[in-house]
Amino acid sequence: MPPRLPIWGAVAIVVVTLLLAWAIIPRLGSPTDKTVADQFPNDQFPSTYRPLPSRPTVIRGATILTGTDRELKNASILMKDGKIEAVGANVPEPPGAVIVNGRGKFVTPGIIDIHSHLGVYPSPSNEATSDGNEATKPTTPEVRSENSVWPQDPGFTRALAGGITALEILPGSANLIGGRSVVLKNVPSVTTQGMKFPGAPYDLKMACGENPKRVYGEKGGPQTQMGNVAGYRAAFEKAIEYRDKWRKYWKTKGDKPDRDIGLETLALVLDKQIPVQMHCYRGDQMATMIDVAKEFGFRIAAFHHATEAYKVADLLKKNNICAVMWADWWGFKMEAYDAVPEGIAMVDHAGACAMIHSDDPIGIQRLNQEVAKAMAAGRRMGYYITRAHAVAWMTRNPAKALGILDRVGTLEKDKMADVVMWDGDPFSVYTHAEKVFIDGALVYDRANPKLSPRTDFEVGQEYNASTGGAGQ
Amino acid sequence: MKKRVALLALLALPAIAFAQPPGRPRVLQRPTLPRAVTVAPLPFSAQPILIQHGRIYTGGPQGTIGNGDVLIAGGKIAQVGTDLSPPENATIIDAHDKPVTPGLMASWTQLGIIEVDLVAETNDTKPNQTVDSAAFDVADAINPSSTLIPVARIAGVTRSLTAPTDCGEVFCGTAAVIHLGYGPDLLVKRQAGVLVELEPAGGSKQPNTRPDIWAKLRETLDDAREYWAQRAGYHRPGGARDQRTTRIDLDALGAVVRGEEPLIVRVERASTIRQILQYAQATRLKLVILGGGEAWEVARDLAQANVPVIVDTEANLPGSFSDLGATLKNAARLDAAGVTVIFQPQGNDVSHYARTLTQIAGNAVANGMRWDHALAAITRNPAAAWGIADSYGTLEPGKDADVVIWDGDPLNVTSAPAVVFIKGRNIPLVSRQTKLRERYRDLKRKTLPFAYR
Repeated sequence: MPPRLPIWGAVAIVVVTLLLAWAIIPRLGSPTDKTVADQFPNDQFPSTYRPLPSRPTVIRGATILTGTDRELKNASILMKDGKIEAVGANVPEPPGAVIVNGRGKFVTPGIIDIHSHLGVYPSPSNEATSDGNEATKPTTPEVRSENSVWPQDPGFTRALAGGITALEILPGSANLIGGRSVVLKNVPSVTTQGMKFPGAPYDLKMACGENPKRVYGEKGGPQTQMGNVAGYRAAFEKAIEYRDKWRKYWKTKGDKPDRDIGLETLALVLDKQIPVQMHCYRGDQMATMIDVAKEFGFRIAAFHHATEAYKVADLLKKNNICAVMWADWWGFKMEAYDAVPEGIAMVDHAGACAMIHSDDPIGIQRLNQEVAKAMAAGRRMGYYITRAHAVAWMTRNPAKALGILDRVGTLEKDKMADVVMWDGDPFSVYTHAEKVFIDGALVYDRANPKLSPRTDFEVGQEYNASTGGAGQ
Repeated sequence: MKKRVALLALLALPAIAFAQPPGRPRVLQRPTLPRAVTVAPLPFSAQPILIQHGRIYTGGPQGTIGNGDVLIAGGKIAQVGTDLSPPENATIIDAHDKPVTPGLMASWTQLGIIEVDLVAETNDTKPNQTVDSAAFDVADAINPSSTLIPVARIAGVTRSLTAPTDCGEVFCGTAAVIHLGYGPDLLVKRQAGVLVELEPAGGSKQPNTRPDIWAKLRETLDDAREYWAQRAGYHRPGGARDQRTTRIDLDALGAVVRGEEPLIVRVERASTIRQILQYAQATRLKLVILGGGEAWEVARDLAQANVPVIVDTEANLPGSFSDLGATLKNAARLDAAGVTVIFQPQGNDVSHYARTLTQIAGNAVANGMRWDHALAAITRNPAAAWGIADSYGTLEPGKDADVVIWDGDPLNVTSAPAVVFIKGRNIPLVSRQTKLRERYRDLKRKTLPFAYR
C-alpha cells in the first residue's frame, strides 16, 4: 500500500501550485514583457568559426606582459585546448606539450584593432573592391560590414604578422549612421562567417563631423554639424516609434507592423543590445554626442579617432566612454588639426579608457610601434607609464570597448589563448611578432614559411610569389 | 663665459621609466626634458657651440666617433673630432655619449605647401590646371609659417625635398629643397626636379592608360629638347610655338632635359621601371624613382644606372595591380644591390607625418637593411640626389650646422631629439602641438577657461 499523503500536505501543494501559477502564468502569457532583445533577431549571419587544431603549448622563460598592468620576468604560459591554462613562474608542462624557449622573448595578449576596414576597403584598392561606405543616403543602419568583407584581402595576413589576433571591421564614416560593424578573429577563411568572433556583440558605426557633411552637403544634406545632429535625432526618434509599434503589437496582437531591418537595428541600439562606436574628432562634438546618447538612451562604447579626446578626458571618464586614438596622425582635415602625440597618454592619465587603433592597412601591422610612440610621448611629458600598462592600449582596452574582455585582451586563466610571442621588447622598432597563436593554435610563425598564410588573390602573381606570404 | 648644459634629465628618464612597479601611471616629475636640455634660443651665429662627448655619426669620411665633439660656428660645422678645445665664449653642450647625427632630410613631402589637406586654400600640393603642369613650381608657395614645420623639425627633420603630390596627370610640377629652420626664406634650392607619374590613377576618373602616359611623356620631353635647342626661335614659323606644350612648361623642363636635375618618376611596376630606365639612358635624363614598390626586382639595373629610389619602407601591400610584389624587404634588397636608397615618411601623409622618417628607417633595419645605411637614406643619400651635398648631409667641416642630439637610438620609435640645430641655430623644441598639450595638461577647472592659459 502506498503511503498516504497527509491532508495538510495536499493542501500545501495545491496552495503552492496556485501561487506559482499566479506568479508565472500572466508573465508567460503577457506580451508586454517581450523585450526588443527577445523579439528582434540579432545574428542572421552566425559565426562558423572553429579554432584551428592546436597542441598544448608552453612558452617557457619569457618576459610576459599580461595586459593587467603586470610584467612577469622569466615566466611561462601554458595554452591548452584553445585556452590559457596557466601564466606565471610555476607553470605545469604537460607531457607531450610543445615547449617554446622564451628566453629573450616577450609575450603579450594578441593585439586587437578596434577600428579597421580590412576586407571592406581591401588591397588591391579599386572600384570593384570599394565596399566600405553605403554612401547613398546619410542614414543606413540596415547595412552590415560583414556583408562587405572580402576574406581574401591580403591585409588580413599582413596584420597577422604584426600580431593582430582580433579586429573590428567597421563601415566607413560617410554616413551619420553607417551600419553594423563586426568583430573578426584574424584567421584565414573562405567565408566571413568563418572568421567571425563567436558571441562578440555587434556595434553600430556612427560618424560625427566633416565626413557626412562633405559627402551629402550637396546631395540633400546634412550640410552642417547641426544638420548631422538633427539627423541622428530624427533616426532615433523613428526607431522609438518603430519599437513602440511592435511593443503595442506584442501586447494587443493587432495589425502586425511592417518589418524594417534598419529600424530593427536601431531599436536594438536603443535597447543597449548594440553599443555605438562613434567616429568623432573634436571634443565639442563628443560632448554633443554624449547628450544625444542620453536623450535616447543608447550607449556609446567609444569615440574613434578622437584627436581632441585629451581636451575632454574628464568628461569621457565621467561617462565611461573610451577614446580610440592614433599615436601621431593629425592635420589631414580641419577637425584633426589639434591632435597631439601625447593624446593617448593624457586620456589614460586622466583615468579614462584609452587605446590605439589603425584605421589603416599599413598601420595595423605595427600597432606595437604606435603604442611605443604614444608611451614615449607620455613619458617625455613627465608621466610615469610602464610598458606593462601601455600594452593594455592595444589589448585590454580595445577588448573592453568591444565587450569581449571576458574572453580576450589579457593573459588570464580560461581566456581564449590569443597570444603573441615577440622576438624582443614589443615597443622597439626592431622587434617582430615571431609566433602568433589564436585560440591556442599557431597561426603564424615568422621562421616557418609554411605557417605564413597567403590569400587566394596573391596566388600565382609573379613577384608576389617570391616575397613570402603574411610576413612580407 | 662658458655655459654648460647638462643632459642629466635626459639620462635620468629612461632609468625612471624602466624601474616600474605595476600600477596606474602617475606623474613623476614636471616635463623637464625639453626645457632642461634646450639651450634658450641662441642668437644666430653669435657664439660658437661645442657639443662634447657625443657618439658622433658623421656619415662622412670620419665615420663614427665615440666620445666625439662637434664645433659649430657661424651657422656652419667648424670642426668634428675628439677633445676639441672650446673657443672663447663657446656654449658647451655635454651630450653624455648620446647619438649625434646630421639633421634628417625627408624626401618627397609637401612641407611648406600644405596646412590642412581638405582645406583647399591651404593646399598647394598639385596643379589644378591640366596643361601647364610642369611649370607648377612649389617654390612659389612655400609658407615658412606653416605649423607643420616645427612639428617636423623638433623630431629631427631639418630638410625637405618639397614636391607636388600625386596629381593624376603625367607632369605634376617642379620640386624644391627647403630647410626647416627659421624663415623668412626656407628655400635652399629651386627647381630640384620635375615630378611625373607613370602609374595610371585608378577609378573611373582614370585619365590615362599607360600608352597615353608614355605618348604624353615623350611628346613633352621631345618638345622641350627642341625648344631648348633653339629657344630664340620660339616665335618663328615652325618654331616651338607650334608645339602643343606651352612655353612655361618647356621652360620648366630645361634643367631636366639637359640632365642637370632629375625627373622624379612615380612608378611601382617592375616592367615600367625598366622602361623608364631605358628611356632615360637613351635620352640622357637624370632619374630618381619615387615609390618603386617592385624596384627590388630591377635592383641591378637601377644600381648600374646609378638611379636612386625613394622607398616607402612600410608599403608591403598589393595596393594596386602595379605593385603586387611590394615587400618590406624592398629597401634592404635595393641597398644590398648597391642602389642609393632614400626614405620618404609614412605614405599616408608624408607632410604631417614627416616625423615618422626615423620610424621608416628603423623598419628598414628591422627588415634587413644596415643601420648606418638606413641613416644615410635620410641624410647623405638625399643630399647627393638633390644636389646639396656640398652644404648638407654629413657632419663635416664647412657644411651647414644641421645637427641633432638624440635621447636614444635615433631610428627607434621611443627616441626623440634632445637638441636640434638648423643652420647653426638652436631650435626650441616647441610646436603648436606642444603648446596645445601644455594648455590641456591639467583639466581641472581654474577660474578662467583654457583659452586664458
